[in-house]
Amino acid sequence: MNQLKTLILAEHDGKELSASVYHAITAAQFWNVPVDVLIAGSSTNDIAQRAATISGVARVIHADAAHLVHPIAEDITNLILTISSEYQVILAAHSSFSKNILPRVAAKLDVAMISDALEIQENQTYVRSIYAGNVLSTVQSTDAIQVLTVHGSNFATAAMGGSAEIINIKAPEAFTKTRWISESIIKSDRPALTSAKVVISGGRSLGSSEKFEQVLSPLALRLEAALGATRAAVDAGYAPNEIQVGQTGISVAPELYIAVGVSGAIQHTYGMKDSKIVVAINQDPDAPIFQVADYGLVADLFEAIPELTAALN
Amino acid sequence: MKILVAVKRVVDYNIKVRVKADGSDVDIDGIKMSVNPFDENAIEEALRLKEQGKATEVIAVSIGTAANQDVLRHALAMGADKAILVESATSIQPLGVAKILKAIVLRKQPGLILLGKQAIDDDAGQAGQMLAALLDYPQATYASNITLENDTLHVTRETESGTEVVALTLPAVVTADLRLNDPRFVKLPNLMMARKKVIETINVADLSTDTDSKLKQLKVSEPPTRKPGIKVNSVTELLSKLRAHDNLKL
Repeated sequence: MNQLKTLILAEHDGKELSASVYHAITAAQFWNVPVDVLIAGSSTNDIAQRAATISGVARVIHADAAHLVHPIAEDITNLILTISSEYQVILAAHSSFSKNILPRVAAKLDVAMISDALEIQENQTYVRSIYAGNVLSTVQSTDAIQVLTVHGSNFATAAMGGSAEIINIKAPEAFTKTRWISESIIKSDRPALTSAKVVISGGRSLGSSEKFEQVLSPLALRLEAALGATRAAVDAGYAPNEIQVGQTGISVAPELYIAVGVSGAIQHTYGMKDSKIVVAINQDPDAPIFQVADYGLVADLFEAIPELTAALN
Repeated sequence: MKILVAVKRVVDYNIKVRVKADGSDVDIDGIKMSVNPFDENAIEEALRLKEQGKATEVIAVSIGTAANQDVLRHALAMGADKAILVESATSIQPLGVAKILKAIVLRKQPGLILLGKQAIDDDAGQAGQMLAALLDYPQATYASNITLENDTLHVTRETESGTEVVALTLPAVVTADLRLNDPRFVKLPNLMMARKKVIETINVADLSTDTDSKLKQLKVSEPPTRKPGIKVNSVTELLSKLRAHDNLKL
């Protein structure tokens, strides 16, 4: 029998590989078996070739088909099932792309799935967080195939310098009961939240969507920062949902995280506690955010943020 | 068309759970339990589809012990027509949940199955997709808007880059995001009436489905806490502290 391998489901936007793929490739080295990367899409030769140059990749499995231009979970699942018997591990970086697809794959394979693993240990053991990051759960799987997503920021970025073989495979027929209709992508000149070196998050204290932009934008521009928001700010309509940081949003781990008018609910800190340096600016000296901040400033954000921006300029 | 809504009973959103002294599990003895918030969005959406005349019956289903009757009564008080309790003494993981829900789907034949996008206890976010897989139904996760015309469901999905719209041919599985709707408040008279409604109880063993999981929890622990930071007194002091970190290049 051939040696079983590890398969990474790679996310991309049709033009570029997601930065998270590089983290997943590092995570996949744990098993010491060849790591294949699956690129599924339409007109994705360049992406496949790019993936082939990442260090640690044995083969790029490339499925190019017109109907994969906007990949849906049903089609990607059926594609993975055509090759799954070669793999002992199927993984991806945790994101709205992978967490939509991999549970479907796991159920088709009749195995459990491990969501958002923080740590991979010997003997098919994983550490993941539960209760919005309040508790760590160590779980062990005895399933024949391990299906998991990993918490990307906990794993280093894989280096370039590989020269993997590209294998073209045929995608199964399209699943016709789900049709992709349209998308609305929020265009921003700012860096992406998940890869930005600096993230500035605003809470409900900003008071309005106008203030949110007006107060935070100049600082974000100066620091080349991505903007994030708490769920309270999103629910109040001050910021779009795509930038929600927390349990039900995005997890970030920048070099510097600046929480502005953020109370620090556990659901929010779940998404930012891996940040290297945390700054909190809040008028309430008892706000829980100060418990996770390296530097806390009790101040009126409407004065402190312009002052900080001016001082930097 | 019937709509089946899956309802999980979880530790209330506002409660910070503790780890048991022996690290075997979290300690939830005597703690307030509630409907999983995302499942409340799912119930609400089912009720709205019924109010629009797009559905005829809303059935809530929960898996657990007799204690789960409280979340089913909540669903009934919101306006669900029927409730099913699948009794199981042991806690069941997402794949097992999906297998149980599949068995209920085969019995009740709903045109749409609505679930929350994730439960706030295990944060797995798997059951909906797994159910869709087992039924080979179309799926739409993280729904923030749903419209139903004839047998086609248009679902707006929240993604990390914005939103996308997919069209599903029923029957289908949809998981609800918080922005899907604002769940209605339960009025006391409705809660009183809901207490009188009969909850259909099915023993999990009678569904002849294998709900054992090969994923075992070995232990739970408190996450490492960040080391305490300091308070600074001014923006100037903050900036000088930050500038001491060479890697930030401020």
